[in-house]
Amino acid sequence: MENTIRRGRVWVLLDKNGKLIEDIDTDQIYHNAFLHITDIAQMGQYALGNLEGWKDFPKKCQPGDIVLTGRNFGAGSSRQQAVDCFIALSVGMIVAPSFGAIYFRNAVNSGFPVLKIRGFEELFDRRQIETGDTVEIDFLRGTARNLSKNASMEVEPMCSVQYDIFRAGNLFEYGKMLAQGLS
Amino acid sequence: MEKTIIEKIIQSHSPDETAAGKIVWMDLDIRSARDFGGPNVAKNYEREYGDSAPADPAKTFFTFDLCVPACTLKYADNQQACREFAAKHGIKVFDVDMGIGSHVLIEEGLALPNGTVVGTDSHLNILGAVGCFGQGMGDVDIAFAFKTGKTWFEVPESLKVVFKGSFKAPTSAKDLTLYVLKKLGTEQAALRSVEFYGGAAKGLTLAGRITLCSMVTEMAGIIGFIPEFGTSLVGETEPFLKSRYSPLQADPGAVYANTIEIDIDGLPPQVAVPFLPNNVQDVSELKGTKINSGFIGSCTNGRLEDFREAASILKTHKVKPQVMLKVVPATRRVYAQLLEEGIVEDLFRSGAIILNPGCGGCAEGHVGLTGKGEVQISTGNRNFAGKQGKGKTFLAGPAVVAASCAAGEIRSPEDL
Repeated sequence: MENTIRRGRVWVLLDKNGKLIEDIDTDQIYHNAFLHITDIAQMGQYALGNLEGWKDFPKKCQPGDIVLTGRNFGAGSSRQQAVDCFIALSVGMIVAPSFGAIYFRNAVNSGFPVLKIRGFEELFDRRQIETGDTVEIDFLRGTARNLSKNASMEVEPMCSVQYDIFRAGNLFEYGKMLAQGLS
Repeated sequence: MEKTIIEKIIQSHSPDETAAGKIVWMDLDIRSARDFGGPNVAKNYEREYGDSAPADPAKTFFTFDLCVPACTLKYADNQQACREFAAKHGIKVFDVDMGIGSHVLIEEGLALPNGTVVGTDSHLNILGAVGCFGQGMGDVDIAFAFKTGKTWFEVPESLKVVFKGSFKAPTSAKDLTLYVLKKLGTEQAALRSVEFYGGAAKGLTLAGRITLCSMVTEMAGIIGFIPEFGTSLVGETEPFLKSRYSPLQADPGAVYANTIEIDIDGLPPQVAVPFLPNNVQDVSELKGTKINSGFIGSCTNGRLEDFREAASILKTHKVKPQVMLKVVPATRRVYAQLLEEGIVEDLFRSGAIILNPGCGGCAEGHVGLTGKGEVQISTGNRNFAGKQGKGKTFLAGPAVVAASCAAGEIRSPEDL
């Protein structure tokens, strides 16, 4: 059985007025000026590079950190780089009330954990979550706690395809397992 | 079980019983990649599958439309890498001369009613305009699709949108589309298939259908369908649709997540204000906003009807000095139509800059980028902060963009 628990320090994506940012599109996550790059290792430096106030994220972020953000994260284009740039930085997980459809499946296919959270806006308004907190999330069971504030959080567990692909490593490995009848 | 359109299309391509919310394996009629994402597709493919053959090279395509012809060394390299990969596997390339991939797939008869098509273009759901399930995907998905001819997909719920009333020129499909965005925001259609009904939908030409379906992406939806059609669809400009247009219809008892009526009677031209496509106002509310540049083209408004709309204004009004109007036909076929109808000459004489077919300034690689402080009015589909540069982009239909370029400020054609 895989370890399905991730613990990490949280970054809550806020604008300069301290509000949760919604509808962050893939050009704010990974700008089209860098789409010619095909080497994942080169992509981390551009993560959130066009999101006002977050250009220094690649420098501040540590491996295992967890990004929390407003609804419809990853709206816009189909670029895999907008997922790969977080993989390059070894970000542990991205959690949002909802994701752009293509973004979500790009993350699933790369075996990168993205989870949907319920009641995030209220949690944020009640100051039960802020940047720097440490949270622990079991993405198979959908249980989550903010250890710093001793507050519980409600996340949706991974759906079956997401978990199967995650467990295999990525879509390619999952496909090879299916082809060999190992699913 | 009675089914929605998306349920029917996926069902006809899947061994699994299909219903909204279920995740199924789906066969893909066409899989494609373009110069964004394409090189990564080839790289993923070779890493995972070596030199082995794709599932079916005849159903696999590259379409170059973003940086065409390559104007940076990186894209020259990337496109050449795709060509070499394609040559090795017997895959056809619609190269830098052809124009926007999604439109080329329609023109070439590859995207067909009731078909399934994927590619590395987030606006591939444009294919809903011809009743085809098109979907943009990332380079992992597409490499897998090249190799296997399949993808997994969660069958979306459907939303029914019913238009009430009618509008008349200069209001056009783009204004209708922007108004839908204003009403639905990014929540109502999110992760859903949208079926558009009502006379205003039924009467749309192919170009208008493309406009409406393209911006389902900005509604955060999966795809849009316009099942009813009239004579305007297979009219004189799109003869290639004539023999084969028979889209699936939803069953009478199909289940919808929601039904929304939108009253569009007498709708005036609409404009989306930076920095969200759903931040939409009547053009009259923005009258007097100074602009520096305009753009007419993109996968949303790059067809003959769109340029006819613009030319009807610019035939008699010149682009104001100091305003830069950039015009980019969607495809080579559209470019030929513009030449035949004298529209290239009309636009040229008005002062517009006319470029070869392609995506235009939605991304770095073609024209339509903005500098800091620049205000642009564009027929594109996205005005997110920083996307096309540091300037501000307003979104509108071709007639409003043309009128605004003539006036030097945002202006309804009726106000010229």
